[in-house]
Amino acid sequence: MIDYLWLLIVLPLLGAATLIVFGKRIGEPWAGWLASALVGAAFLLAAGFTVPLLTGDGQPETVELFSWIPVLGVDASLLWDPLAAFMTLIVTGVGLLIHVYAVGYMHRDERFGRFFGYLNLFIASMLTLVLASNFAVMFVGWELVGLSSYLLISFWFVRPAAAAAGKKAFIVNRIGDWGFLVGLMLIFAAFGTFSFGAIFETAPDVLSTAMATAITLALFIGAVGKSAQIPLYVWLPDAMEGPTPVSALIHAATMVTAGIYMMARSAVLFELAPATLVVVATVGAVTALYAATLAMGQRDIKRVLAYSTISQLGYMVLAVGVTAFTAGLFHLMTHAFFKALLFLGAGAVIHALGGEQDMRKMGGLRKVMPITFWTMVVGWLAISGVAPLSGFWSKDEVLAAAFAHGTYYVVLWAMGVVAALLTAFYMTRLMILTFGGEERWPDGADPHEAPKVVTVPLVVLAVFAGLAGVINTPFRESLEHFLEPSFEGVTQQSPAEGPTVVVLALVALIAALVGIFIAWGRYSKKVPEERGGYWKAARNGYGVDDWYGRLVVAPGKAMATWAGETLDGRIVDGLVNGVGGSVKSLGNSLSGSQSGWVRWYGAVMAASTLGVLLWLLLSGGLF
Amino acid sequence: MMLTPGWYMALAAVLFSIGGAGVLVRRNALVMFMSIELMLNSVNLTFVAAGTGLGLIEGQVAALFVIVVAAAEVTIGLAILVAVFRGRATANVDELSSLGG
Amino acid sequence: MVEVFVFAVFALVAIGGALVMVMARNPVHSAIGLLTTMFSIAVFYVLLNAHFIAAIQVLIYAGAVMTLFLFVIMMIGVDKTEDTTEQIPWQRPIAIVVSVGLAAVILIAGSQAWITGRSVFGVDGVNGTIEAVADALFGTWTLAFLSTVFLLTIAAVGTIAMAQYLPRRPEEES
Repeated sequence: MIDYLWLLIVLPLLGAATLIVFGKRIGEPWAGWLASALVGAAFLLAAGFTVPLLTGDGQPETVELFSWIPVLGVDASLLWDPLAAFMTLIVTGVGLLIHVYAVGYMHRDERFGRFFGYLNLFIASMLTLVLASNFAVMFVGWELVGLSSYLLISFWFVRPAAAAAGKKAFIVNRIGDWGFLVGLMLIFAAFGTFSFGAIFETAPDVLSTAMATAITLALFIGAVGKSAQIPLYVWLPDAMEGPTPVSALIHAATMVTAGIYMMARSAVLFELAPATLVVVATVGAVTALYAATLAMGQRDIKRVLAYSTISQLGYMVLAVGVTAFTAGLFHLMTHAFFKALLFLGAGAVIHALGGEQDMRKMGGLRKVMPITFWTMVVGWLAISGVAPLSGFWSKDEVLAAAFAHGTYYVVLWAMGVVAALLTAFYMTRLMILTFGGEERWPDGADPHEAPKVVTVPLVVLAVFAGLAGVINTPFRESLEHFLEPSFEGVTQQSPAEGPTVVVLALVALIAALVGIFIAWGRYSKKVPEERGGYWKAARNGYGVDDWYGRLVVAPGKAMATWAGETLDGRIVDGLVNGVGGSVKSLGNSLSGSQSGWVRWYGAVMAASTLGVLLWLLLSGGLF
Repeated sequence: MMLTPGWYMALAAVLFSIGGAGVLVRRNALVMFMSIELMLNSVNLTFVAAGTGLGLIEGQVAALFVIVVAAAEVTIGLAILVAVFRGRATANVDELSSLGG
Repeated sequence: MVEVFVFAVFALVAIGGALVMVMARNPVHSAIGLLTTMFSIAVFYVLLNAHFIAAIQVLIYAGAVMTLFLFVIMMIGVDKTEDTTEQIPWQRPIAIVVSVGLAAVILIAGSQAWITGRSVFGVDGVNGTIEAVADALFGTWTLAFLSTVFLLTIAAVGTIAMAQYLPRRPEEES
């Protein structure tokens, strides 16, 4: 039964191929239903495969497909264990809901069919990444999700901003991929194989600390690129140029979590490199706080959510850094639910207002779009970490683990708490500006509630965002038990025990409530201008993009221009033309010997004959 | 002094070079042709001398063949010359340079 | 002794005839020079015991080939005098260098072998009678002999074809 694991990848891949080629002919809305049905089928299959793992009968299985690179001993094979099942259910479940939503959102778009083809391609790529049983197949999935992200971000490529955003995402991701690739090479040098099983079993014996540090740092660079941490986060805000379902699926729920998954999968290696873990935790905490400060000043609703995603990813990275892998994955799941919910809700709002994304032109929507409003409320409370919604449990587990890890980590814990406060603040700001207060809509806007195909996914996600916390509370750690087989040989940091946990939870809860309270006081009466100083800097991303442009992009462009004009134009072309020219002049000079006079030919022949004769005699020892 | 076949070959070498010089220097087609005949003759002499020196009759057989072929060649060559130079008054080979580059 | 004397005399005659052939302005003079050389070579053949070949040399070469040459010289009506200025640059120097060099090289290379070569006269000679040549020609070398038959036939046919004087076509005349 598990032999059909590859169907999970092949079904959406077939959908992608069909829809990219025939999408226009299949047309709206059947293209969307076909894509959704394929993802739904994948979800059901995955659920079926997960049952044995839940009942305790199943073992982690490896399904070998075919021999891929015999020289390096690399096979195309898939792994099905609790961690893979966990990720697969999230990807296909949330993916299914977003597919259905997109049928409504992309209504009347010109390239409807192709959009769904790309979405299916993304699902197939993400599943390849998640189901891989060796680093090589994972890398294939890694690269493919980068490609799908590029295709989807620049889906409306006629807009220059969208095309540029797609390029930026791909290029910044590439820097991360370079790190990942270096990590792969180091792994192969150390182990001679890419297979997870072989590597993780022998790693404690084979790897020196220095090598483990090198490998894990390189892999972490890949995660930094894919999961938008400092300093490779700059692509994510711009990626909001893509359609909102894309932002929800790729840049909230799944692709950006690939880095977290990869690090969780390589937990054994990370545990052997304590130095890397310090770096990881620090980067995660700093990113969480930094991105939260940026989110506070945004006027575009989607940009708030983008920076919020970066910040929440920081929490997950922090969890990995303190080896609380289960906590990190738990937060990954809850974040997938509430962030997707928030994005989809924002998409409904944007659509209702005819494309308006500036929150200054919103307001008062709670009366006109009640379902959207109430589901967004659930998402808002979840992300702010208000009990008993899912976000509270998962964020708390991360922070508690950080606190318990060591003295230095208390600093990081504090940063996490401050970030939680800011999170609550800016999310409340978003909710009030969008749904509360007076109507400030643009002219001609007539918002109404979205169609059912949009609101049903919102409701489903709201239910999960609200209730999903139950799977890993301190009272009943089901998720941790479920994931245990995937983390054999790994010592995870568990949250502090006893009363400390309660105190920490209270601190986080109070921080969240304080944030909500401050925002409520600031925004509920009127909309402040927020024009100068900090607000302007935050909207400009603190000028980081400009710095990158000057430090990295401009030299790169200069080098490319030099290579194109000087190196290629003058040197290479000069060489080639020079060869041609010299051949021509040689030919010209030699053509003088073709005089047409027979006696001249005879003379040359006779002279040559004499020469050869002399040479033969002399080499034969005449004198 | 004994007259070995080597003497004849030396003489033949000298005649050969004189014939070669004649081919290269003279412009008259007929004289060039005659120089070639001289070269063939000198080779014939070498053949016969070598045959005598080695005690083989094949030297003379080869010389006979050379004579036959040379005769045929002269026939054809002169016919070509006549055909080419029928249109012109001179026999100057330097004028046949239309294949020059 | 006699042989050496004969050889020396006719060697000089041969070289003289060759030089005349190369240097004479009038092509008829060149033909006569070549004729002289051919006769000398016939003498050498006799000295080398190749009587049959000597006869053939005189008959075919001096008799048929040179006659043909003289016919053509007369027929084409070649200018009695030829312009002595050389048109092609470097032609004369190359010619001289090549010929002198070639002769020198062959003489030097051959001298080591020739001096130790066998003598013509004495017991070890070849029988150059017509019977001996015929035995070899029609025995071992029959195939080559028959090929020359073809060769001569083809040569004759080719010559006739090339020397034909084709009349103009009637349409072009009116």
